[in-house]
Parts: sequence; structure tokens; C-alpha cells
Amino acid sequence: MTTNKQKREGAVIFSEYERGSAIKKALSMGRDDILFELRESKLKGRGGAGFPTSTKWMLVAAAKAEEKYLICNADEGEPGTFKDRVLLLEYPELVFDAMVVGGYTLGAKHGVVYLRGEYEYMKKSLEDYLEAMRKDNLLGNNILGKEGFNFDISIFLGSGAYVCGEETALIESMEGQRGEARNKPPYPVNTGFMGMPTAVNNVETLAAVSHIVVKSGAWFKQHGTDKSTGSKLLSISGDCKKPGVYELPWGTKISELLELVGAENTKAVQVGGASGICLSRSEFDRTLAYEDAATGGSIMIFNENRDMLKVLKNFMEFFVEESCGQCTPCRIGNVKLLEGIEMIERGEYTFSYIKKLKDLGNTMKVASKCGLGQSSPNSFISILDNFSDEIFNNVNGGSHA
Amino acid sequence: MLVLEKNAITEEIEESIKLHGNNRSALIPILQDIQRKHSHISDFAQQEVARLLDIHPVEVYSVVSFYAFLNTKPKGRNIVRLCQTITCDLQGKAAIAKAIERELNCKFGETTQDKKFSLEFANCLGMCDQGPAMIVNDKVYSHLTPEKAVQILSNIK
Repeated sequence: MTTNKQKREGAVIFSEYERGSAIKKALSMGRDDILFELRESKLKGRGGAGFPTSTKWMLVAAAKAEEKYLICNADEGEPGTFKDRVLLLEYPELVFDAMVVGGYTLGAKHGVVYLRGEYEYMKKSLEDYLEAMRKDNLLGNNILGKEGFNFDISIFLGSGAYVCGEETALIESMEGQRGEARNKPPYPVNTGFMGMPTAVNNVETLAAVSHIVVKSGAWFKQHGTDKSTGSKLLSISGDCKKPGVYELPWGTKISELLELVGAENTKAVQVGGASGICLSRSEFDRTLAYEDAATGGSIMIFNENRDMLKVLKNFMEFFVEESCGQCTPCRIGNVKLLEGIEMIERGEYTFSYIKKLKDLGNTMKVASKCGLGQSSPNSFISILDNFSDEIFNNVNGGSHA
Repeated sequence: MLVLEKNAITEEIEESIKLHGNNRSALIPILQDIQRKHSHISDFAQQEVARLLDIHPVEVYSVVSFYAFLNTKPKGRNIVRLCQTITCDLQGKAAIAKAIERELNCKFGETTQDKKFSLEFANCLGMCDQGPAMIVNDKVYSHLTPEKAVQILSNIK
């Protein structure tokens, strides 16, 4: 029901991997060597922000503290993203092995998987998997006979809040607070969970770490582009014949991707989920990469029959509901943008007001406290700009002019 | 509420605390336990959690009211969450919602009179490749049609 049992194909993440091998290899290496391989790989965070993973781990490894924590961010809430579901259900070894490697490298004793509440149905199988790891001494005390290396992983279940995917909101939630983002700095790498140095990594980032440790950073960076090394798991949904999770090298063109998944008469591609940007046909030769069209993995495809204003309204309703409400630009701004869309629907708008709303969107990008409000205007601005003919000028059957 | 019921809730919370600890970071797991068992977290339960964790009740209320999956008002025995986000929406969420509403004679956002079901819309459930999708309690159902969705609910006790 939730897994497609087919063998998945991919050059990096879905390549061959033997359970526990990253842990074995890591324990035979020095901590600095592991960090060196990570730096060599140029791996960047796969959640969307794209922070270099080696830098994050070096900062936590270098910190002096009583306790350190490694958190796996499995609060996969971005509309159109489901790659973490596939990784956790079908490839848990990649994720958990990397957490143990992280524990060793960072000097952390505790790993926590922050699993979104909607994924509660996975909790039992993940816990069984962790129990099996304990039996095989891949978790627990003196792991694989390494004297003094103790590490264990627990699962923390979220309770239905999109904003908790933001790392400081996630930490607040784990501390028993409302999931409201913190002011940064300080960053979690020095003041994280319980005020201790904490590395928060996306599920897919960790999966990549397991491969890098076993196969080297040089191997990893053979894939992808110079600035975006390795591959990306893409969650592809919408109007296409073969939706699902695909592993493709960074640098793949949107048009190549559409062909691969059997998308026809495509009008728009939303890259990066509701908080991403919406590309029109003229931009389908752009590539997926941190330096071009960046994405945490969500690709949603819309064909000619879709009403883009309706799509945008769905996104903005989502943000109004999920804004945590602590900062004004996001709390009020998203409501104003949604009201603007409703005015367009009713035909009660002026172009000068729409322009003001776009300005408001740009202000939100700068003034909001966390990634939610900083990115929610992206779809508003890109859809109104790229599909203005349809929405305002009654071209191609648009109905709001 | 009867004194006996109150004592039972207090005992449950104490059990939860044994499992999760009595520090603040145990708050959400404790609240989740209560939610799972009673389909909501009553004022009394919130006060008891606050007392046992030695924090102010308003702190507990502020957390309960923040999270979509924690409720202060009683819900039905089964919670139906139909995904309303774009891909499921485009794949026919509205028709499914209408079919369920007709069948159960209950609107989304409400609870059936017999307290068997609460109907809710949820944001992206991460099943976009197999939509439309819904979660009933902790089970996920994908590739829904109006008929299939109603069938699934009629099989639930």
C-alpha cells in the first residue's frame, strides 16, 4: 500500500549497500578522515537549504560539551515530497547507519529521529528495525567492539505541524514547546537541543553519508555538477504517467525529467513544493541544481487543463494554515496574499493592488523569521508572473480577466 | 467528571511519565498518549500533566492548542484525515469528501452523532504519487475513489 516493491534504480542513493558497512568502515577510520571524506564529497543538505554537511558536522565535532545530539529530520511536510517515506520504509539501513557514523564522528551519544505525526504508521517497523540493530550490536554500548563508543537512537513523533520541519522549531517541539522557530544565531550546531551542540540532518542527507563513508567522497562527486554533487531523490507527482520517487543526478533538465515520467501537455512545473517556484514552458530547459532550480525534492507537474490560480490558492491556504503565527510578516502576509487571490477569483482586483501584494511578498522574504514566511511568497510571485496571460489577460481560456 | 474517572486519568498520566520521564521534553509524548486513548486532552488532564511536570497549566494548553493532532475537545473514536493538498486535490479529493459526507451525514470539520468518526482535512500526507489519500487513525489508504473511501470507512468498527 505504501511501498512499491520494485527494485529502485539509481547511481548513488539507490546503489548497492550492505547493512552496517558504513559503521564498520567508519570505526576503522579516524574522525578527521570521515570529516575529510564528507568535505571532499561536497555534500550539501538535502532538505532544501543546501548547507554543506561537512561544515555542520565539523562545527558540532569541534564543540566542547557534556552532551551532543544528532537529529534526523523526518518531518517531511513540504507538499509534494515523499522521498523520506520511501527511504525510511525501504532503505532504513542507509539512514540509521549514517546516524551511528554521525554519533561516532560528532561524539554524540543520542540520536533522535523526528518523525512527522502523519507517518505514525511507520513507527512500529522503524522501532523493530532499531531493535534488530541493538541485537547485532550496531547500536548500544561498545558498538561493534569499539571500546567506549555508545550510541542509541530513539524516535520522536511529531503532532502535525509543517513548521516543525524548520530545525529550530523542531528542536523547540522536542523540548516540549510550541513549534516556533528560534532567532538565529545561535545556530543549533552550538546551541541546539537542551542548549547542547546539535546536528540536524535531513533523512536523504544521512542516506548519502552512508554511501560516502563506504565509497569515498571522490566517488560521490563524480555524479552531478561541480556545485551540486551527487544525485537527488525527486518526489514526482501530478499530471504524469509514472509518478513516484526517482533518483537523478543534479543537473538534469526539467524537460528530460518530464519525458522520463511520461508527462504530456505540461503547462507548469512546481519545483521545490509549495514554497518553491513555478516554472512555465519557456523555462523547461532549466536544470535541477542548487545553482539553478533548487529543490528539496518536490516536483509537481500540471498539464494544460489545470487552473493555475486554483493551484496557487491551494498553496496559499496551506501557508495560512501552517504559519505558526509568531512573526507578523508571515502571520498577516500570507492571509493578505490569499485574500488577493480571492479578489482575483471574484474579478475585484486592481493591477496596482496586485503589484503591492508582490511587493509585500518580497518584504515577507526578507522580514519573516524562518523559512516558512521567507519562502511562501515564492509561488505567489512566480505563478502570477509566469501565468499572467492565463490569469489576467484571458488567454488560453483564463477566466479571471 | 466522577472522582473515579479523575483518579484513572491521573494514574494514566503517571504511567506515561514513568515511560517518557518527567522533564519538559516528555510533554508532547505524554500528551500524545492521552490523545490516543481519549481522543482529546481535557482541561482536567492538562492540569494534571502540568501539576506532575511542575509547569503552569497555561504552558500545557499553549502546546496542546498549537499542534493539529492534539485536541482539547472530544473527537470521534476514529479520526479520518483526508489530504487536501494540491496533488490529492487535483486527483479528486472533493468528490471523495462529498461521498463521505453524504454517507455519514456529517460535514468535514465535524463529528458524527454516534461519535464514531471525526472528519478532518489534513495537509500533505506524503502520498502524492498514490493520491488521493487519507489516514484513518494510524493507517494510510491510497488511490482512493469515492466508492472505495466509503467502503473503507464502513469496514471500521
